[in-house]
Amino acid sequence: MTMIRETYVNAAIMLLLLGIPVWAHVAGQPFTITLATKVAILAMAGVGLNIALGLGGMVSLGHAVFFGIGGYSMGILAHHAQTFTPLMEVPLLIEGTKFMPVIWVVAVAVSALVALAIGALSLRTGGVYFIMITLAFGQMFYYFAISWPAYGGEDGLSIFVRNDFPGLNTLVPIQFFAIAFVALSLSLTLSHLIARSRFGLALGAARQNAERVQTVGLDPMRVKLVAFVISGAITGLAGALFADLNRFVAPTMFSWHLSGELIIFIILGGIGRLFGPVVGAGLFILLEHFLGGLSEFWLIYVGAILLGVVLFARGGLIGALSGREVAHD
Amino acid sequence: MTEPILRTDSITKYFGAVKASQDVSIELRPGEIHALIGPNGAGKSTLIKQIAGNMTPDAGRIWFDGRDVTQLGTVARARAGLGRTFQISSLAMEYTVLQNVVLGALGRDGGVMSFLRPAMKDKALVAEAEAALERVGLIDLKSTRTADLSHGQRRQLEVAVALTLRPKAFLMDEPMAGLGASGSKRLTGFLDGLRAEAPILLVEHDMDAVFALADRISVLVYGEVIATGTAAEIRANPDVRTAYLGEDA
Repeated sequence: MTMIRETYVNAAIMLLLLGIPVWAHVAGQPFTITLATKVAILAMAGVGLNIALGLGGMVSLGHAVFFGIGGYSMGILAHHAQTFTPLMEVPLLIEGTKFMPVIWVVAVAVSALVALAIGALSLRTGGVYFIMITLAFGQMFYYFAISWPAYGGEDGLSIFVRNDFPGLNTLVPIQFFAIAFVALSLSLTLSHLIARSRFGLALGAARQNAERVQTVGLDPMRVKLVAFVISGAITGLAGALFADLNRFVAPTMFSWHLSGELIIFIILGGIGRLFGPVVGAGLFILLEHFLGGLSEFWLIYVGAILLGVVLFARGGLIGALSGREVAHD
Repeated sequence: MTEPILRTDSITKYFGAVKASQDVSIELRPGEIHALIGPNGAGKSTLIKQIAGNMTPDAGRIWFDGRDVTQLGTVARARAGLGRTFQISSLAMEYTVLQNVVLGALGRDGGVMSFLRPAMKDKALVAEAEAALERVGLIDLKSTRTADLSHGQRRQLEVAVALTLRPKAFLMDEPMAGLGASGSKRLTGFLDGLRAEAPILLVEHDMDAVFALADRISVLVYGEVIATGTAAEIRANPDVRTAYLGEDA
């Protein structure tokens, strides 16, 4: 019963996220479309984190690393393309590119590799130590980006023209929104399939009880590491899109504030709930937009809402709308 | 004599100056139930952990199915065919009963890196899991959340998961605990039939069950095996009587 209700809630959320920018396009409100695009992209970053945090129980306070890597993958490739300088000449010539699909492949591949390295080290620990070690990696990347003058250092990199996607004019807000929306939909589909797959069954068990997984002859660490890599790759792709939305990359994409915000999306929306990050990101961006206009201390209100959700709605907003999660079949 | 499935070869484990296992050599032979008894603090749990792979003995070797498994961890020993149930149930509590057993079937099948096919719609896995639930009498509760089961039912569920592994030997740590008289009697009947499938190393406090089931009994006191023999031999052994069974035995 609640399962069916959650499906309706999810469908309503997607319709809203699609309907508002379409309306804004017709009404000639490009800024609203940009806001919706931001929601879709940040939601996607949250969907990535939710695979590690919600399904696998890995509280990563360093997921901005992957978001930033996706952002800098785009920034570095596009920077070289717009300045007509090769990325590397020896031992082989690598040119920059403005072609989105190539940028995405690079963003996903590099994020996945870094997630493999960070995950392999961090998963030796658990609990608070896992949170701290992922935070430490986040800070390492943040300060590395600040101190790398070739790519703008603290000031970041500006990309003058949005990158290309075949058949689309990406500078038209609604067309770029379409890209972000499709990317979010695909990441949600993947997340849904993973949660129900054989892998997802083992991952959920590894979150609940590692000993149980070992007893049936499966290695819970290996399962969690693979989930961490998938999680990092999705958040990395979202980072590439985010950089393209802003046509700008800066070290703040690596900052622990952003890692924290991704966690807030998930808690607001409902930990482990498929659409949790979408609702959470939507609410966060709306609050930032409307309350941010009233006071620069708008995060106080976010804090109050977060407190309310944690104390009174353990399943987050999705839980409040559609009831307690039922074990899936 | 047939080759034992499981054999500990003089294993010794110290915790500081305390000898938790001293020169323990026991065997589990095909078709038998071998019970391990001993007073609290005798080192039963330590021995079980060394056999299951949670701890490595300081000295001695452990053989399983013809291989030296002394240095292998719990995952590798489970894959080698050791089906374990815990003294305190260790299950995925948020999952349904059926999900827990399907996890067992998945562990035996091994195809865990499959990201798109739904696990609970996999006919082979579910059929295997349901057959195991049928055998332990939990099939009617398959959609119940594991956290909502009674302690006794969780015990039965652990046995069902172990069955899906189709192990070469069972390692059961107090499966009767918390079952109550009738449940205990049912499980005794079930384990009686199970020994033909795979031998059972049984740690148990329920002496009625031990004497009803065990082909052989080993008595552990202060980390040492003081006697091994049939139920009748153990009952008659004077050392065992003083060390463990007390006046009423």
